[in-house]
Amino acid sequence: MKYDAQDCELVAKAQLTATIYDFRLKNPALAAITRPGQFVQVLVPSKTLRRPISVCDVEGDVLRLVFEVRGEGTALLAQTKVGEIINLIAPLGHGFTLEPDKKTIFVGGGIGVPPLLYSAKQCGQNAIVINGFRQRSAVILEDDFRQAVGQLILTTDDGSYGLPGFVTQPLEELLPQADRICACGPMPMLKNIAKLAQQYHVPCEVSLEQRMACGIGACLGCAVAVKEADGRVIYRHVCKDGPVFDSQCVAWDGEKPQPVTSNTPDKKPNEKEGQ
Amino acid sequence: MADLSVKIAGVSFKNPLIAASGTIGFGREYREFYPLSVFGGISCKGTTLHERPGNPPPRIAETPMGMLNAVGLQNPGVQHFIEEDLPWLKQQDTVAIANVAGSTAEDYCQTVELLSETDIDMIELNISCPNVKEGGVQFGTSCDSAAAITKAVRRHCKKPLIIKLSPNVADIASIAQAVESEGADAVSLINTLTGMRIDIRTRRPIITNNTGGLSGPAVFPVAVRMVWQVKNAVQIPVIGMGGITTWQDAVEMLIAGADALQIGTALFTDPYAPVKINEGLNRYLDENGLTSVTELTHTIQPYG
Ligand SMILES: Cc1cc2nc3c(=O)[nH]c(=O)nc-3n(C[C@H](O)[C@H](O)[C@H](O)COP(=O)(O)OP(=O)(O)OC[C@H]3O[C@@H](n4cnc5c(N)ncnc54)[C@H](O)[C@@H]3O)c2cc1C
Ligand code: FES
Repeated sequence: MKYDAQDCELVAKAQLTATIYDFRLKNPALAAITRPGQFVQVLVPSKTLRRPISVCDVEGDVLRLVFEVRGEGTALLAQTKVGEIINLIAPLGHGFTLEPDKKTIFVGGGIGVPPLLYSAKQCGQNAIVINGFRQRSAVILEDDFRQAVGQLILTTDDGSYGLPGFVTQPLEELLPQADRICACGPMPMLKNIAKLAQQYHVPCEVSLEQRMACGIGACLGCAVAVKEADGRVIYRHVCKDGPVFDSQCVAWDGEKPQPVTSNTPDKKPNEKEGQ
Repeated sequence: MADLSVKIAGVSFKNPLIAASGTIGFGREYREFYPLSVFGGISCKGTTLHERPGNPPPRIAETPMGMLNAVGLQNPGVQHFIEEDLPWLKQQDTVAIANVAGSTAEDYCQTVELLSETDIDMIELNISCPNVKEGGVQFGTSCDSAAAITKAVRRHCKKPLIIKLSPNVADIASIAQAVESEGADAVSLINTLTGMRIDIRTRRPIITNNTGGLSGPAVFPVAVRMVWQVKNAVQIPVIGMGGITTWQDAVEMLIAGADALQIGTALFTDPYAPVKINEGLNRYLDENGLTSVTELTHTIQPYG
């Protein structure tokens, strides 16, 4: 079994901030095969589309999901009571390339922080984590990270907690001693991290989001433009090819695939068919 | 246990449930949940003569009781389908249907000709994709153009030919008649209804294509109506689809006039929907003393 749709019991529920919830869902079969950095598709009653949420952690038989209420679906989900059943398709996608014996910097921004916990745990003392938030009231999972990793740095945009400013400042200082970067958060943050990683020649992977339907690679709904080794831009899919991508492959500047109009094997990307 | 098997244009299906094109790819990902023989058939992701990159994201938006999509026929081209996907699908104990789209009549004909030389079981002609500017829908919105493309393709097609009809028309029944008269072996309907969602904060459409195809339970009553109208107008088999989610929906669509069914968006909500629909359908047939699902088709008792 690579993934399945199964019922899970909500065994514990906590509210971490005004809008962020922490769910613990029990399902031994799914928990046993979930790897760091994967995600699940959550069925929300009365909604046609499931909601993709990252696995924050696996604790024995339990999958931990931390999510923010954004729209109707997550608002409905937040109303689930302990003891009730939630159906998940899990586990989905593939996570970060982890080398636990190498110095790895994990960089999270806002609701991009929870998806890093399980991965950062794998690197233990070799993990340096930089988590950035808007302000003090938005800070989440501080204790969880502090217990699990070698070093935790917090930043807030308004300076109300931890270092003032963005995650990229402490990141740049630490980059010379880093072997890898794993990042999750808003696109502008990820783009800046990708730039720094390139500058310092540190391998960097980013976890991306896109609107999804199937969640398993069948509908081609969750496209993301990526650059191939030969420079060609193509659409890959966040649910199946990601959600984690090599930061150097992501088309950060809005590059789009060229229409392909020839079937010949030696086609050039810009070749146009005479019509 | 009633007999769920149906025959469409000479092709036997174990049960009337066909996976709808575009929702299941070529079946590989759903094979992880169950054997694909759960489906009577699979209509594969729309294929075109040449590779197509598809539309820029976002391609998906949720709507009340449904969704919009504008994937834009992303596919690796028919040659890739024939070499890489078809041999695998032919081993899955389900009817393999190629769904063909194109920008020109020549594209359609060439693609169909290539497929005719393979062991694909049927061809479904997509003349109703609303999501690409040059993508076939212009063939599907008038009787004349639908008849013309059917006639052209028919000459190149050695396989049973299904024409997939667009609901974005004034009179779907006369389009069905037009393709029937040019040699279509069956019709399938409805493709998605063109729709739109706008983010009220940014005033921008949610999907980058601006408009997309609406599917899911929201379109089901429209689909039932159109299947009924088309069934009343043609002799060839009618494959009904559009928002079928539960076994009750399947029964309703059969009663309206469907000889077989397609299910798509329901897979996203519940991948196991086809298993549940087949079970429920079977129970319903037993409880109503019907020995074959074919006895249900077009048994509607309309008001005069
Ligand atoms: C791989 C992946 C992992 C994610 N992990 C987390 C997580 O761990 N915690 C968390 O809080 N959020 C996570 N998200 C974002 C989360 O999926 C969205 O916030 C959520 O879908 C919004 O649903 P809604 O019903 O509240 O919003 P609505 O606006 O009502 O949703 C409408 C539709 O848009 C989709 N949608 C809206 N925003 C997003 C988005 N940012 N990404 C993808 N789809 C979206 C919804 O899924 C739904 O189909 C993740 C997204 C992806 C793709
Ligand atoms: S959501 Fe269907 S392919 Fe990714």
